[in-house]
Amino acid sequence: MTVVAEDGLAACPECDELHSRRPLPPGTKARCVRCGTTLYRAPSRRPDQMVPVVIAALILFVLANVYPIVILRAQGLVNAATLPASILALWREGQEPMALLVFATTWVFPLFDLLTVLTLLLLHRRVVRPPLFARLLRLLLMVRPWGMIEVLMLGVMVSLIKLSKMADVMPGIALWAFIGLTVLLAVILSYDVRVLWQPPQRRGVS
Amino acid sequence: MSAHAAGLRVCLSCQQVCRPPAATSAPVPCPRCGAPVSARKPDSLARTWAYLIAALILYIPANLLPIMRTESLLGSSDDTILSGVVYFWVSGSAGLAILIFTVSIVVPLAKMGILAYLTCRVRWPGRADRHQLSHLYKFVEVVGRWSMLDVFVVALMVGMVQFQSLASIKAGSGAVAFGAVVVLSMLAAGSFDPRLLWDNNGQPDDER
Repeated sequence: MTVVAEDGLAACPECDELHSRRPLPPGTKARCVRCGTTLYRAPSRRPDQMVPVVIAALILFVLANVYPIVILRAQGLVNAATLPASILALWREGQEPMALLVFATTWVFPLFDLLTVLTLLLLHRRVVRPPLFARLLRLLLMVRPWGMIEVLMLGVMVSLIKLSKMADVMPGIALWAFIGLTVLLAVILSYDVRVLWQPPQRRGVS
Repeated sequence: MSAHAAGLRVCLSCQQVCRPPAATSAPVPCPRCGAPVSARKPDSLARTWAYLIAALILYIPANLLPIMRTESLLGSSDDTILSGVVYFWVSGSAGLAILIFTVSIVVPLAKMGILAYLTCRVRWPGRADRHQLSHLYKFVEVVGRWSMLDVFVVALMVGMVQFQSLASIKAGSGAVAFGAVVVLSMLAAGSFDPRLLWDNNGQPDDER
């Protein structure tokens, strides 16, 4: 049983319309002629230009989890909560499924996403790719929809407004880190990792 | 022309187009990434309905049970999703009330309604415009995750408001039920194969 790869073709994942692939100028994308879904993109950035963005996002991820999101003052009592501490509090009070859900969508999946993208970007330049490469890229594309940092960011804002009505609220370092992380993740997610399937282009060859 | 009509399949993981051996309807491994490639998502409609029904059942406790319990010296109060919206509306944050009403009440209902409608349209195509149906599906895919907002708000409030006996916030069982509704409806959307909307009757699309 042989499965033949048709490298010159592209098919729309939403409507199955068949297209022939064409080289694109950087920063543009090809859309399906029938339903308008993006078929493939030519990123304006090279893979190695994405590495610092991912590293910066990883640093912000650490800051966002180590420092408190807000510091609350009410009647002389002070409480500073980090994201991991909030998840732990949920777990301790018997809401284990909810703690797991929040832990997975705001911690495990985003961190996995960043570490995997970094690994893939670094492995991409090798001429012979380890078998791990294909498996990681597949896993990354599967896990991606379940990372929800940007929704968490909005949740942080809403809970700050809610809390400001019952206590003195001082923004913590993690709040700024989350804002930065949301922006960098938007940049990383808009980079189509599928271009990494293509072998690296040698420079100097036209 | 569709890839299926040409005897080709597209890998939904890496989008490589491949030609499976003739007369195979079983999934074949993608030549590039190794993911199983089927002509259409397997049992798409049955799986979509299974997740949808589970989500609908959980939608009831998600709205009736409290998602959050606030305990303070003045006593305790329970909040459901709807009473949280009312709280924001009454306390003068109309914008926030509308935001939470949209992502926690309108979006989950719209999502489940649209998916149910799309599965029916696959069975009974009628005269529906397939471009519109395809836009509806894209809307469901993009917007679904934002419903997690209320779950995150509860989780953050629980962690932040812990002032021993003075005031504390606990999560209610409604919150986890609501989280499950969001996850199940995301799974339902992922199981639905939008290509089925374009397949019906095998008519070529002449609009473009």
